[in-house]
Amino acid sequence: MSANLSSILFLITGVLFILALRGLSSPETSRMGNFFGISGMILAIVVSILSVDIFFSNLVYFVIALSIGGIIGGIIAFKIPMTAMPQLVAGFHSLVGLAAVLVAVSAYYSPDSFGLGAFQNIKTASIIEMGLGVSIGAITFTGSIIAFMKLQGLMSGSPITFTGQHYLNALLGILIISLISYLIVDQSTQIFWLLIIASLLIGFLIIIPIGGADMPVVISMLNSYSGWAAAGIGFTLENTALIITGALVGSSGAILSYIMCKGMNRSFLNVILGGFGTDNTSSSTKEKTEHKPVKNGNAEDAAFLMKNASSVIIVPGYGMAVAQAQHALREMVDKLKKNDVKVSYAIHPVAGRMPGHMNVLLAEANVPYDEVFELDDINNDFANTDVAYVIGANDVTNPIAKTDPKSPIFGMPVLDVEKCKSVLFVKRGMSPGYAGVDNELFYRDNTLMLFADAKKMTEDIVKHLD
Amino acid sequence: MEIDPFIFRLSIFILSIFIGYFVVWSVTPSLHTPLMSVTNAISSVIIVGAIIASFSSIDGSNISFSNILGFFAVTLAAINIFGGFLVTQRMLQMYKKKEKNNNK
Repeated sequence: MSANLSSILFLITGVLFILALRGLSSPETSRMGNFFGISGMILAIVVSILSVDIFFSNLVYFVIALSIGGIIGGIIAFKIPMTAMPQLVAGFHSLVGLAAVLVAVSAYYSPDSFGLGAFQNIKTASIIEMGLGVSIGAITFTGSIIAFMKLQGLMSGSPITFTGQHYLNALLGILIISLISYLIVDQSTQIFWLLIIASLLIGFLIIIPIGGADMPVVISMLNSYSGWAAAGIGFTLENTALIITGALVGSSGAILSYIMCKGMNRSFLNVILGGFGTDNTSSSTKEKTEHKPVKNGNAEDAAFLMKNASSVIIVPGYGMAVAQAQHALREMVDKLKKNDVKVSYAIHPVAGRMPGHMNVLLAEANVPYDEVFELDDINNDFANTDVAYVIGANDVTNPIAKTDPKSPIFGMPVLDVEKCKSVLFVKRGMSPGYAGVDNELFYRDNTLMLFADAKKMTEDIVKHLD
Repeated sequence: MEIDPFIFRLSIFILSIFIGYFVVWSVTPSLHTPLMSVTNAISSVIIVGAIIASFSSIDGSNISFSNILGFFAVTLAAINIFGGFLVTQRMLQMYKKKEKNNNK
């Protein structure tokens, strides 16, 4: 296939991928979008196979490699429970990162087949692009593995910090930039591998100090990195499809990180440089309100309150995902609707462990998406609502974010659940949320605490609604 | 004066960032999880590099180090492509069921 024809076809691939993202602007068009994405990918694979000289032995291995990957991917896609989506996406990002590293290493050792010059005599522009691609790929790889392990519970979700951490990271960052620049004058294997090792190390070090509830930012950030890695490889291989896709994915991840940071009123740097709970302000606010009594309720009280309400807003959080309570919740809502209670769902941007996490879980439980509202669209409705049912959320409802400038979460947009006539909190215990801040809502007169597992409590309420 | 082809690629890159910016802002927040899984799937278009690597020997008889890396990269990218698109499809399917329920 001529280079011009394949370039045009790769451009079409890029356009199909743009349409794939465009389709996600509404659930109705999203499946068509996914179809465009799949077509684009098939086109890209076919075009690249037709552009290389194929010889039989390698073709056999290639087909085997593709089939093994396809089967593993297919099985994962069908078996994975929806609550495990965050770690799945993190795991997938690590694969993109590793694939980018492998392609770059391969291009480094056989630059002639990539049209980049000869071994250790690669064109200057290409070696810089290759250095960038391999470095970002390696960071994505180890960073995503740590994120995966934290989300899967294979390692503690709490931040791991040590003295001099930031200096070490800064030093490694400078080392990586110097090594990439040094590749211009010396393309020896030592420099190339040192660059890879330093990048692998910094990927690991960047993610370990970040705590569990900051994971939405981390996953989005790694999503963005995997895009930039692909773009870096795209520049090296002079391939338009890779450059376009890398730019799309890179900016998509960056926007999601921005939305997540805004949802927590924290700067990106603040999230990256370490978790909540390490500053002293949070512990002082915690002590102040320790001994006030709370009103303790049971499923029967909750069922009574909601049955007699005219409107209920459900506020789900990560606790719902952990308890897998979404199906029980849907059952409860069905019962309430039969009693002519108007029910809607309020989703905070950072609820859960990844962007849109709650929406997917509710979708899995067959909750119609037009009953599910984002923070800005529903926040004014709390004042006219009888009951707020907060299930597995905490910090995102804390009114202290609006009132106390000293609180670490001050300025974070929160759901105004305290404006409801009564608030039901399903929680396992009194422990503060991720930010380490006590929630004064627990002690208010119109709050009823329901201490239980989210799923069990919701099921009990369902029984009492009959 | 000849323009370096790199400049053309850079132009494509910059303009694509802007396209990505506007397209992604129009994605509805309830589909942010499928957005992540689908961007993950499409970034596996890196398989085009893996394909070049897989067939990169000169004489065709020996399997080189680059070929082996290529096959590995193909496997990893394939996991992502199939896994990413299929899991996205599975999620989007869940959003569909509700449309029907709604219309009933």
